[in-house]
Amino acid sequence: MATAHGASHSHDHHDHHTPTGFRRWVYSTNHKDIGTLYLIFAIVAALVGATFSVVMRAELMHPGVQFFNNPDGTPNGHLWNTIVTAHGLTMVFFVVMPALIGGFGNWFVPLMIGAPDMAFPRMNNISFWLLPPAFILLLLSAVIGGGVGTGWTIYPPLTIQQGAGMDLVIFSLHLAGASSILGAINFITTIFNMRAPGMTLHRMPLFAWSILVTAFLLLLALPVLAGAITMLLTDRNFGTHFFDPAGGGDPTLFLHLFWFFGHPEVYIMILPAFGIVSHIISTFSKKPIFGYLGMAYAMVAIGVVGFVVWAHHMFTVGMDVDTRAYFVAATMVIAVPTGVKIFSWIATMWGGSIRLTVPMVWAIGFIFLFTVGGVTGVVLANAGVDYAMHNTYYVIAHFHYVLSLGAVFGMFAGFYYWFGKMCGRQYPDWAGHLHFWLTFIGVNLTFFPMHFLGLAGMPRHYVDYPDAMAHWNLVASIGSFISFGATIFWLVFVVFGTMFFGRKVGANYWGEGATTLEWTVDSPPPFHTFEELPHISPTAHH
Amino acid sequence: MSVRFDKNARIAWSLVAVIGGMLALSYAASPLYEAFCKATGFGGTPRVAVEGDRPILNRTVEVRFDTNVDPNLAWRFEPVQRAVKVKLGEEKLVFFRATNRSQRPIVGTATYNVTPEPAGPWFNKIQCFCFTEQLLQPGQSVDMPVIFFVDPDMDKDRRYDNVRTITLSYTFFESKTERAKTLLGGVPAGGTGKGG
Repeated sequence: MATAHGASHSHDHHDHHTPTGFRRWVYSTNHKDIGTLYLIFAIVAALVGATFSVVMRAELMHPGVQFFNNPDGTPNGHLWNTIVTAHGLTMVFFVVMPALIGGFGNWFVPLMIGAPDMAFPRMNNISFWLLPPAFILLLLSAVIGGGVGTGWTIYPPLTIQQGAGMDLVIFSLHLAGASSILGAINFITTIFNMRAPGMTLHRMPLFAWSILVTAFLLLLALPVLAGAITMLLTDRNFGTHFFDPAGGGDPTLFLHLFWFFGHPEVYIMILPAFGIVSHIISTFSKKPIFGYLGMAYAMVAIGVVGFVVWAHHMFTVGMDVDTRAYFVAATMVIAVPTGVKIFSWIATMWGGSIRLTVPMVWAIGFIFLFTVGGVTGVVLANAGVDYAMHNTYYVIAHFHYVLSLGAVFGMFAGFYYWFGKMCGRQYPDWAGHLHFWLTFIGVNLTFFPMHFLGLAGMPRHYVDYPDAMAHWNLVASIGSFISFGATIFWLVFVVFGTMFFGRKVGANYWGEGATTLEWTVDSPPPFHTFEELPHISPTAHH
Repeated sequence: MSVRFDKNARIAWSLVAVIGGMLALSYAASPLYEAFCKATGFGGTPRVAVEGDRPILNRTVEVRFDTNVDPNLAWRFEPVQRAVKVKLGEEKLVFFRATNRSQRPIVGTATYNVTPEPAGPWFNKIQCFCFTEQLLQPGQSVDMPVIFFVDPDMDKDRRYDNVRTITLSYTFFESKTERAKTLLGGVPAGGTGKGG
């Protein structure tokens, strides 16, 4: 399989015309190129979203309002909430989803299952190119019609009263949603129909499993969001009253619809990271993953149960105690399959021949931080506790531990695991380790104190706070500056440094532990891979 | 290759059907949610009942009244009495006073709810101004009736033993329905004024 680089290129040449430049990228139907586009897009959006968060932390660094003032000097809470909203929507729809699903999913699902490309390559192109206009609409919404200061959850009746920017947010979500739905159809069809001979579903690598489950979640959850925001749009502009109480509508219905989408959405963001971490832990412990089938079906279970717990986001909306009791119990049930995954990762490392390479430290960091976030999640799952914690910084700390630290550490782990595969050059180890420790210290300084602030009663969506909360806010702000600095270091030294000066690597630069199919092709892989389908033997490890 | 494509297309179209189904369900949620709340009294939705014979118990509950007006509606709206004590099963008539403070006739409609929410299924209205749209001429003030009773069956379920106070809340909004336009249509054209 591991043919020399030059040989495979000349092979390409007489067989196919390989497009270059503008045509190669804009008209691309190649899963690797589209994956690359997704990753570049996610990095750009991440820089925008991270800039929003650094601006927010700069404001919250000291009590009083320093930057978010009206021209007359009074605090401008709406501008603050506009930045909060832009940060949240950017990170969810334009960073985590494109990077994990569009980026790594497109790159590695076809390679791992031995398929020559995605099932619908041209649809794949549309999926990507819907995203940039969606992102532009979102950014425009912050400056048109006074901005949108609703939070990413866009609850009515506030969203019915916002200016024209709100309509742009709705269109932006429509486009991003359409992009993800098309991507989901593509992934499901590819995984069901295009696996290499001998690769049954139960022999499929866990990352492909994670993308399969994620695609089903997208398929079932996103149409509900699309429906809800379309109703919001007609309520705003065409006189319907789905959510507008003036005409007999019920704003609470929107909360139910939104969280029916929103809860699966948080698993959409984390499941692909689960898949990536499984591969890395297995590779650098030189062992097959512990409890492979349990790992795969734990993800299925998380996906299924994730659809029946949504109301734990809205305990305070006024549900009777029996309903709350059900949602508390159902929510806690999710800790079981999640525990299966955590313990299986640890059991994979147990007795393994562990190498603490850069992707491995990111993956271990992921397990640690995700578990911290999971524990605070179990705390918040209790309706009684949630009554006190709802909309405080404790909740902010919780979901940033699972997403900003969990999903993002999963993304960086995947980056360090596969970057050599994607570009053919490897980063210097010290840079990856330095980036890890800077980020690990930075994000923990940022988000751990938010638990204390939340327990002290600091509410979210406010531009200011009482002086008593000054110290931990200062610590959190310093932490966010360290994390942002680490990200810039990564971009300049690791990404660009490696692309131009990195050491060249061969097909399987991780050696013995890396057993999945992507390690059988060159680094970088030739433009077309698996024109002759590989055959998977029944004894192969995952 | 074409066999493969047909197989792919079949999966893709079934997935499209799933998407369509979920989209339809999200729209169906709106009427279903309303019907569910009306049928079960879920979330503090009061029931609509007819007059009839029912036992009157000695247990009393205090029913308080809460009134709100949408900021865009230039009405004053308040209960004539803040609270009443009723026996379970006893039919009670109370009044709410609404005054149009604007210079134009306005049709309003009220949404309603009771707390604590578990009391919703037991709170019955026989007659209420909130069942229909209300037309008020400029400066006009009317006392609007509500006849209600609290279901004596509530006493049989010990889970509701702690219900001693029920708050009935109304919020008035300007109504822009077809019926509202018909009501306004009866008003002389000159009287409708701006935006009428």
